[in-house]
Order: sequence, then C-alpha cells, then structure tokens
Amino acid sequence: MSVAEQPRVEAPPWTATLNEWTATVDHKKIGLLYICMSVVFLVVAGVEALLMRWQLIVPRNTFLSPQIFNQMFTMHGTTMVFFVGMPILIGIGNFVVPLQIGARDMAFPRLNALGFWVTLFGGLLVYFSFLTGSAPDFGWFAYAPLTERTFARGPAADFWSLGLIVSGIGTVTAAVNFVATILGMRAPGMRLWKIPFFSWTILWTSVQILLALPPLTAALFMVVFDRQLGAHFFDAQTGGSSFLWQHLFWFFGHPEVYILILPGFGMIAEVIPVFSRKVLFGYEFMAAATMAIVFISMGVWAHHMFCVGMSRTLDLYFAGASLLVSIPTGIKMFNWLATMYGGKLWLASPMLFACGFLSLFLIGGLTGIMLAAAPFDFQLSDSYFVVGHFHWVLIGGTLFATFAGLHYWYPKATGRMLSERIARWQFFLLFVGFIVTFGPMHIAGMLGMPRRIYTYDANRGWDIWNQLATVGGLIQAPSYLLFVYNIIVSLWKGRPAGDNPWDAWTLEWATTSPPPPYNFEEIPTVHSRRPLWDLRHPDDPDWQYE
Amino acid sequence: MHRSLLLALNDVSPQNLSIFDPVSPPAEAIHQLSMLVLAITGGIFLVVEGILIYSLVRFRSPHNPRNGEPPQVYGSQPIEIAWTAAPALIVFVLALVIVRTEWEVRGDPEKLQPELKESKPLRVTAIGHQWWWEYVYESFGDEKLDFLTANELHVPASNRQVPSERRPVYLTLKSADVNHSFWVPRLAGKTDLIPGRTNTMWFETGQTGVFVGQCAEYCGTQHANMLLRVSVDPPEQFEKWLDNERANALESDDAAIRKGKQVFLAQSCVNCHRVAGTSAHGKVGPDLTHLMGRATLAGGTLDNDRKGENLRRWIEDPQTIKPGCLMPAFGLSASDLDGVVRYLSSLE
Repeated sequence: MSVAEQPRVEAPPWTATLNEWTATVDHKKIGLLYICMSVVFLVVAGVEALLMRWQLIVPRNTFLSPQIFNQMFTMHGTTMVFFVGMPILIGIGNFVVPLQIGARDMAFPRLNALGFWVTLFGGLLVYFSFLTGSAPDFGWFAYAPLTERTFARGPAADFWSLGLIVSGIGTVTAAVNFVATILGMRAPGMRLWKIPFFSWTILWTSVQILLALPPLTAALFMVVFDRQLGAHFFDAQTGGSSFLWQHLFWFFGHPEVYILILPGFGMIAEVIPVFSRKVLFGYEFMAAATMAIVFISMGVWAHHMFCVGMSRTLDLYFAGASLLVSIPTGIKMFNWLATMYGGKLWLASPMLFACGFLSLFLIGGLTGIMLAAAPFDFQLSDSYFVVGHFHWVLIGGTLFATFAGLHYWYPKATGRMLSERIARWQFFLLFVGFIVTFGPMHIAGMLGMPRRIYTYDANRGWDIWNQLATVGGLIQAPSYLLFVYNIIVSLWKGRPAGDNPWDAWTLEWATTSPPPPYNFEEIPTVHSRRPLWDLRHPDDPDWQYE
Repeated sequence: MHRSLLLALNDVSPQNLSIFDPVSPPAEAIHQLSMLVLAITGGIFLVVEGILIYSLVRFRSPHNPRNGEPPQVYGSQPIEIAWTAAPALIVFVLALVIVRTEWEVRGDPEKLQPELKESKPLRVTAIGHQWWWEYVYESFGDEKLDFLTANELHVPASNRQVPSERRPVYLTLKSADVNHSFWVPRLAGKTDLIPGRTNTMWFETGQTGVFVGQCAEYCGTQHANMLLRVSVDPPEQFEKWLDNERANALESDDAAIRKGKQVFLAQSCVNCHRVAGTSAHGKVGPDLTHLMGRATLAGGTLDNDRKGENLRRWIEDPQTIKPGCLMPAFGLSASDLDGVVRYLSSLE
C-alpha cells in the first residue's frame, strides 16, 4: 500500500521537469517556487548577517572594510524584507489559500506566474549590482540624499531602485490576485465571515499591499529620475527635500511591517486551534482586530521619524496612534492563549514554533510600546535597541510563524512528513540562538551603541554584548541548515503523510497530499469555518454555534 | 570581563553612554518615562508569559484521537470586552505621561521656565559633515561670539539651583551633506541633522567632565567614526577656553614652525581647512585654528598625543586610519610632513 510498493514509472527527462516548473500556472507549484526562492535568499542574507556579526565580535576589528560592511547590512535588510519575508508569505498564501477556500486555482493563474518571475528577477537585479563592483551601501531604507549621484556614484543605487520597482510589480499582482480569489472564488456556503483565518489575514495583507506598495514604487521612480534624468526631488542643495523621502519611504515602510506579520498571525491562528484540539476562541474579534490593525497601521508611519524634529503635535499623534495598534494586537494574543487554555496541547513541530512565536512576539510587541513612547524613542531610535526590537518582531514573530506554517503544510504539499527529531533540534537551536543574538542588542543600544557602525571603541562597555550576539548567530546558523536539510531529505525519506496527518479541520486537508492539479474532484459545500469538524462530528456541528 | 546586566547599566566610567545615567533635564525626563514604561511592559510580560507557561504545563497532552476532543469554547463577548478595555486603559495612562514628557523634552525651555531669563545661555550651531562636526559658537549670554571650532564641543557647567548661575546650552542643528544625528545619551535624546532643515535641541548639566556619543543616523562609509565629545567645563575654565578659542592662531617665532606653516599654506591643505589669522580659509574640513586644544584627532578616531605621532600618522595616510574618509594622502616628503606636523602641533 505504501508509496514504495507502487510500480516505478519512467522518470520524465529533466527538460520536461524544467519546463513543467518554469511554465506552470498552478498556484501550488508557484507557491512552492516562491518558497524555494525565499529559502535561497534567506541563506544568502543569513551569510551576510554572519559576516557582520564576525566583524563586530571584537572592537576595532578589521575583518570587513567599512565599505563592505555597509554593503552587507544594506543587502541583508533589503533581501530579508523584499526577497525573503514577503515572497515566502505570498508563496505560502499562494499554496494554501485556494485549497483553504475550496477553489481550483487563483483567480488569475497567468498573472500569478508573472508575479513570481518578476519578483525573482527583481531580486536578481538588485544582486547584479555586485557584478558592477559594488552593492548598494545606503541601508535598506536608503535615506536621501545618500542615494543621490553625489553620494552614490556607482550604478548600485540604480540596480537597487529598479530591482525593487520590478519586484514591487510582482508583489502588487499577487495582492490583486489574492483579493480577487478570496472575494470571488470561495466554495459554496463559505460566506466571507466563514473563511479560514489564514485566508482572512491574506485578504487584509493584500489590501495593505495595495495601499502601501504603490507609494514606494512612486518614490523609487523619483530616485531613478533624480539619478538618471537630473530631477531634484530629494536633493536639498537644489531645492529638493531629503526629508520628503523619509515620509514617502515610511508611508510604505511601516505598513510593510504589518504585511510581514499579518500572514504570520494567520498561520498561528490555524496552528494553535488544531494542536490545542479546540476551535479558535473569538473568531469575530480576531477578524475585526486584523482589520483594525490594517487601518490603524496605515497612519503611524512617522514613528520611525521621531528624531527628525517634527512638531510636538505630530510627535504625539504618531505616538498615540502607534500605541493604539497594541490594543488589537493584544486581543490576538489573548485569544490565542484562550484557545490553548483548556485544550489538549499536542506539541508537534508546528505547535512548538507557534509557542515560540507567542513567547517571543510578545517581547517584540512590548519593546514596540517602548519605541512608540516618543520621548523614550529619542534615546532608543537608531540604536542597537531598534535592531534588537525589529529582529524580535520579524524573527520571533514572522519567521517563527512561518516555520510553524511550513511544518504544518509541508505534508500537504509533498505527501511526506518532516522529521520531527530534526524539527525539534531546529526549533531549540533557533530559540536559544535567537535570544542570545538579539537580547544583548537591546542592552548595547541602551548603553549608547548606534546601529550600522562597522566598528566601535573598546572602552564603551559594548564588547560583551556584541560577543554574545555573535555567539548567538553561530548557534542559529545550523538551525537554518537543519531546516533546509529536513525539507530536502524528507521528500524521499519522510513518512507518507496521508490526507490529514494533523486531524485538522479546514478544506485543504480534505483533498489528497499532494493535492491534484485541480485540487478537488468535487468542490465541497461548507456550512461552517471547520468543515472537516462538521463531517467528523455530525451530532455536534460547528454551524450551530457560529 | 563579564559583568552582570545591572552593573553594566550603572557603570559610571568616563566612557559611560548609558541612557539610564542621565545628567541633563531632557535625558532625566526620558529616564523617568522609561522607568514607567519598563515597569508597565515588564508587568504585562510576566502575566502573559506566565499564562503561556502555565497552559503549556497544565494542558500538554500527547495526541490520541480516541481520547476524544476537549470541550469547544467559541468565545465570550464579556471576556473580549474586558481584554480590549484593559489595554486601552493602559494606553490611555501611557499617553498622558508621554504628553508631559514630550513637553519637557521638546518644549522651548525659555518659554516653559521663566526663570531661565536670568540665566546665561550658550548658543551653538552644530553642522554635521561627512564624518566630523563643525561648531559655530554664536553667543554666550548677551555676548556675540562668532567663531568656529570642530569635533569637540565645550560648554560651561550650570548651577541649576541658582537661576543667574544657570548655563543652558541651545544647539541649532544643520547638515552640510547627508542626514546625521546628534546623540550624547547622558545629555539628551537624539535629534537629526537634515540637509535643508534646521533643528534645535538643548541640554544643561551641573556635572563637569567629558560626555561622549556619536552620530546616530547612518551617514555613509565612516558613520562609525563620527564621534561626539562634549566637554562640560567649570565656568571659569570654560571662559578661559572661550578666550583662547576665539583668538586667531598663535604666531610662533620658532623658525622650524614658521617653515612648517609655509609648507602648510603652500599645499592644498588650505583648500579644505581653515586656520584663523592666516590665508587658510577652507570650509570643507574641520577648522584647525586651535587644534592642540583638542583631546582627539580625525573626528575622535585618534588620541591627540601632543607629541605629534598620531597627527603625523594621520596626515601621512588618512585612508588607513579612517578608510573612505574624504581626506586624501598627499604624499608629502618627509621634511614637509615634519614641518606641517610641527606647525599644527603649535596651534594651542
């Protein structure tokens, strides 16, 4: 019965496989392509991070030149945000959303393929700058006028701007596609308020992408115009405003943080109920909290700019609005805990990562409150505290949630289980290494260490915190390698998964693993948010309570 | 080397940059706010992590479908309202405290504290350059000053108890090229220097000594070595420094120094550097009029050892000391280099 006993079929020639994957318009394959691309960029940007950590392990180190160090943190940030964070979430969404809502594919399959390839080529375009002799070195938020020709003489800034413009097109097409798919292609009976929570967060992430990405694209065009056509948008010497760039960038940049975390919230809200064996507590409040986060977070961008000398009124508005975000975020936290409370907690790998997420994301949220308190931010802004904070949110939050999701849906995507033993090692190495890396950064920042410095003097009391951070990085590194090893080797060695290895309740678990190209033989009709629960408990179905 | 967290944060060595060891009103107000915020967030942290750990221990159970599922709880409106209202209340309280602190830190102190009218304020314009600081001393009390110096800011100590002995320092912040940020953590939070904008900040301290910090907004290759030194001097010492600093450069009778001066003025040094009282009027690099009055060289990167050794190393090849900095090596002959070093070493 097992897969190994089936008669072997002649393997297709590699050109056919290549053709199948490059020309595919199947949302599942495109999703996997997004994920593979992101994992490759994750490893590249991880190596860049380790190089920086090695430079900072002792004061006045000469391992990297300042030029190289500055390129490393620029490329690390750019890569992680644009070519790891967003594409991996879009990839998981691509794979899961149509299955979860009972659709046969995304609404616009060919647009979907275009989106992936454009994102990939955008990433390659940014990396091509290395071939011109120098990568961009102005930081991932590229404050003008460092991007002007006066200060960025080589072509790196052009590669950077064009690469992000190109990949931005991919991101926007993905968002359009998600909105159309979720609004228009749900299975019969699935009202908008009955869609699984992950799909709900992908819907609102897409809305946020549509609101935030176009301003970035416009601002990037302004950079290109400044550099190539002699415009003066950001050149203060000739009447432009470098300050304008900060507003334009953060109008995108802050919502971007929520673009990166909302799908994570969605994955956690799928994993925690299944592995607590309980329905998600307070779905309606969770759903409303998601919308609240999207709307509030569109109006908080200048909390990245408290030190630019805005008026007190603006400082206070942006501080107040930023603090407001903590209310719906708190609601989510409490609802997850309430879901776990009284359940039967099954600590399989997806749940381990979800618990890691809960314990770590909380800290990222709390340091966020410190940064939102505008006067406190005058001290913390642009210090290593901020570096600690946003890694806490993006690794402790987004990445732990992403690993929870990847471990949860891997059996669905491949038909094989991941090795739980390797997954546990991966989790504990990442958990410990992460805390040892980014915890000390908060302390270094409060001791006056600014971010983005390639070296520092010995007598400032920062050595020990930097050494700890580097050691933490070395603990984390094997964790990522274990993950890559696990997802590759389990393709062959993994235990066959069956349709529904986690006893989960949403539609993707109703079809085979991996699902056929058409997803479902017959599109199911649903009556509640947990259609498979209803099937299994006909005497006590969910729809009675929703 | 390894010290506990608490010790490290309270370390009061000369190179202390801790935000928890403030010596000036803006930093003190922020410190107070930070204690409240840390207490509140610390409380939330303990409660939430506590519930999480309790749930993990109490409800952990190996999966076995035959044991049946736990009771399904779909939600509860009163509970949802409770945990929406509680954080909202905390946010409200925090917001009130933030408003007060914002006023204390960013408000115009001369408007908020009428007794400052009796004080003798020092007004300085700080201009950020790729990778050094220019200070234009504007006025001290009613006295116009109008002289330049670089990289080391000297200010008088203030007696905050006696209004007439108060010496607040008002900085006007500008940038000559890209964004920078002025951050001396023990004196005040940071304020950015942005091309095309004029910002202000202030501080006032009774504690004499040197307070260090550095540029906190990434500003290009040598951002890491754009170091800040603020020397808070006792009032008499400060006025002495002021008198020396506003005068033109010393003229020496020493033949070797005069020869060195000729070399300096004949080279392209003068295109970028200024020495008041000579024909060197450059504004691109730091003013050198009283170079030997400074404790450091090269924007804080090197000690000013007075024997001229570091100065010599610096002039000979700036690019090995501060790679990427805007000062090139000029390939001076050994004797010219000696002369220039001797001349600059005479600029007390």
